[in-house]
This record gives sequence, C-alpha cells and structure tokens, in this order.
Amino acid sequence: MGAIQRIVQWSRVKSPWVIHFNSGACNGCDIEIVASLTPRYDLERFGVLLKGTPRHADVLLASGPVTRQIEDRLLRIYEQMAEPKFVVAVGTCACTGGVFQGLYNVKGGIDRILPVSAYIPGCPVTPNAIIDGVVKLLASLENPPKKASAG
Amino acid sequence: MPDFGNVQIPVGPQHPALKEPESFLITLRGEKITAASVRMGYNHRGVEKGAEGRTYTQDIYLVERICGICSHSHGTAFIQAVEEIAGLDVPRRAKYIRMLVGELERVHSHLLWLGVAGHEIGFDTLLMYSWRDREVVMDLLAAVSGNRVHYSMNTVGGVRRDVDSALAETILKGVDRLEEQTKYYIQVCSEETTVIKRLSGVGVVTHEDALRLLVVGPTARASGVARDIRKDDPYLAYDELDFKIVTSDHCDVYGRTLVRLGELMESYSMIRQIVKNMPDGPITVKAPRKIPAGEALSRYEAPRGEDVHYVKANGTEKPERVKVRAPTLANLQAVSHMLRDNNLADMPIVIAAIDPCFSCTDRAVEIDRADSGPRDRMDWGRLRAHGIDFYRSRGVDFTELNRSLTRRMKKL
Repeated sequence: MGAIQRIVQWSRVKSPWVIHFNSGACNGCDIEIVASLTPRYDLERFGVLLKGTPRHADVLLASGPVTRQIEDRLLRIYEQMAEPKFVVAVGTCACTGGVFQGLYNVKGGIDRILPVSAYIPGCPVTPNAIIDGVVKLLASLENPPKKASAG
Repeated sequence: MPDFGNVQIPVGPQHPALKEPESFLITLRGEKITAASVRMGYNHRGVEKGAEGRTYTQDIYLVERICGICSHSHGTAFIQAVEEIAGLDVPRRAKYIRMLVGELERVHSHLLWLGVAGHEIGFDTLLMYSWRDREVVMDLLAAVSGNRVHYSMNTVGGVRRDVDSALAETILKGVDRLEEQTKYYIQVCSEETTVIKRLSGVGVVTHEDALRLLVVGPTARASGVARDIRKDDPYLAYDELDFKIVTSDHCDVYGRTLVRLGELMESYSMIRQIVKNMPDGPITVKAPRKIPAGEALSRYEAPRGEDVHYVKANGTEKPERVKVRAPTLANLQAVSHMLRDNNLADMPIVIAAIDPCFSCTDRAVEIDRADSGPRDRMDWGRLRAHGIDFYRSRGVDFTELNRSLTRRMKKL
C-alpha cells in the first residue's frame, strides 16, 4: 500500500460519515441511532458524523424491513453514494425482516436489495450495540479480513 | 427580480429534515409556500392485514411495532379492545402499571420532540441537552420493562412485570431529576428571545381551523381546543388521577412547544400519584386463548394525540379485523394548511411541530383525489435512464461500477 493510499485509508477509518435511512422501520431503531449520537453514547468520539445526503456518506445505516415502496428509493440512495461504501443493517428487521416477515408489503431484510457489511440485531438495537457494530466495521476496514480462497 | 412563477420542489422521501421516509411536494412562489401536498405510504408494511393472520398474543408484539416511539400506546389501545370483547376484568394494579408506562412513554416522547424541534431550528444545543436528560427516562423504562424501546408490558388480561417498592423509589428519584431539568427548558423556551421569535407566528392553525381540520393531541391543545381522551373518555384509571389539560392560545409552533413542556410537568405529577396510590393485588387475570365473537373500539391518548383501535373478533384465536387510526393521520391533513404562506425555511419545523410519526400512519392508506388529474411524472425507469444520460453527457459513467456491483450482489 502506497503512502497516499495509507493516508486515505487512515482518514476513512478515523472519520466515517454516515447517512441514516429508514427503509420502513417502526422508528425504534431510528431513535436509538439518534440516541447513540447524543451525549450519553456519543458516537462522534469515533469520528462518526451524521450527514444529510448520500453523496457525502461512506456508510449507510439502514433500519427496518424493506417495503415495496421504499425498495427503489433505497437502491437509488445506495447508487448515489461514492465508492467505497458500506451498508450496516441496524435492527432485527433490517437483518431479516423480523416481526414484519411475511407481511404483504415487506420484502425482507436489507440484504435482499443491497450487499450488507455489518448486521446489528436487536429489537430495537441498543445504542451500545450500534457502537459495537460500527467499531467492529471500522476495525475490519483497518485490517481487512483475508479473502477466503475460492473453493 | 424576474418572476419565475410557481416552482415545485419535492421534499423526501430521503431528506435531512425528515427522519422517516415521506414525500412532500411543495409549490413555491419566491420564498413563500403557496401549496403543499403529502404523499404517504413509504412505510406501509401491511400490519393490519398481518394482524389477521396471527394470534392475539402474537399481535400484541406486532401492534407494538407499528411505532417505536408510542409502542405502549398502540399495544394498550389494542389490548383494551380485545379485553372489552372478552369481557375481562383487568386488575387495578395492572391498570396502574399500564398508566405508569404510558406516562413514562409520554415523557420520553415529548423530550425527544423538544430535541428534534431544537435541531430543526438550528438550536442543536437544545437537542443535546434534552436527549441527555431523556436517557434518565429511558433508564427508568428499561428498569420497569427490561427494554429501552418496545416495552411489551401488556398481555391479554394484565401486565407481564410487576413494579416493586425499590423500583418505585428509583422512579420517584428519576422524576425529580427530570422535573428540575424540564423547569429549566420551560425557562429557556419562555425567556430566550431567539426561540420565541423563531417559533412565533410559524405554522398557524387558528382555533376555528383546528376544529374544522380535526387536529388532535398537543397540536389541537395549542390552538385552544381542550381535548384529551384521558379526561374526555377516561380509560385505565385516569379518572382517579388529578391532572389538568394543558392548552395554549398561541395557535403556532411556539404554542405547541409550550403545551408539550406543560404536559411534561403534568406527567411528572401523574407518575408520582400513580406510584403513591399503586393498589395491591394481582397483575394479571387468566385470559381465554379464543376470544368470543364481538367488536370493540378503543381510544387512547398517545403522546401525539388520539389513537383509535378497532378490533373485530370471530370466536377463534385470531382477530377477524384490526383497524388503527394513528394520531399523525389526523394531524397530517392540517400540515398543508399550516405550510401555506410560510417561508420555505420554516418547512422542517412546521412538519416537525405536529410530531409526525409516519410509521404509525402508513399502515393502510390509499388517497386518490378525484380532481387531481394526471400528473406529469416520470416513472422510475425513465427517471433512472434520464439520470444515467445526464451524467454520461458530462463524462461521468457508472456503467462499469454498476456491473461490478451486480457481480457483488450475485455472489451473495
């Protein structure tokens, strides 16, 4: 890895900007995401900053099962983000569809639509779990796990 | 300056001012909003239909997850209807515990709103302060129910967890701390000139309009409509508590702020009364698995206003029909009225001021105005093709990137 790439890597790991998108959640995970950004938990101490537009963000925090209405919008938001980009599925619904599994307007977990880098289960996830998930994601960026050899 | 006529701006479904996906189409003339329309349904999951396919016990957990902020409200409103059909006599202690969680939930919801409102007017300090104090009530809810959000306290015939005397002591201590902080916020909001000037005269709904548009909850009470289900149609044991309906005649966002802060103080006094007068006895009665045929309508004063649940039972262990009217649906009609003649910059706080909860609202709503006519709209494929061509003509091509993305997806 060259010096420039190392600097880019360092800045990426030290200040990941996130965008939060509710893809049909009940709000429970969304308020816990906001709670994890406020003084008690303060995710900002890891350099995490909440941004308003996907074009500025590295990490998409998606909460909730994917509803049919939101599917295209979620994909579009993902397409607008700059590479490299990561998706974190926040909450049981985002991981698998959770309690909403089988409802006629629900597609299931985020991974039906997008490649997901980290799953944080919980109904709703506690801020502690969100912090744990984000820190693990950051650690995996710093020391990428060795690609499993094919076969 | 040339007159550009009416300009239409779409806001949402993803927008920094909206924490939930909802789409507003705002028509502007200069800086002034001349019309606004709402498009709902992004959060529509089909909870009502899903409830018909699950048993009553499963439905408690599903109905709670209509909304994460007022989950106890939905759960209690649903269970009250079921208990009414089954003719169950819920123990008084269970009613008191339900009220306790309900009021703690109101405190958490109003503190949350205060922070969000502060954020929308660029007063982020208020967001950080009120959310820091909100953690006190979250701790109390976690101690009472075992979970910070989605308390799942209800079961058919009572509640699932008891409140012992040590816990009651903790609750009283927490409430003292919260009351002290809330007094400070009331002082800030009634003395701080920037807050008063920013919120006064914004998003006005007059008393007559509030009655005409049928707004509910704090939005109605801020327009001088003294309507509160806890007083008008007491459920649980609210008729045994001493409290007053907080109203304001400001009719604007400032009034809605004062009403919510006033309600916080009322809730603290109610929590003290509940803890002090908590009757002894069992917390649950045995409930049948199959609910006899019948129907019931249940009303509940959620933090955002009146929440209505209708349940129809047919003698099996599954309901035949569940219908929910969430408070935001009632208030949302008034938003386009509130936005008219306001500046575009006031849009976030006006929408936030009804404390919208779109996940509550988007269960089963189909609105089609007969007079709206065909709208000139691009369908999804055309919009995407347009976007790709737009960037390609400027030398930006994502084709290769999308291909690699598709490959990544296929590997999963």
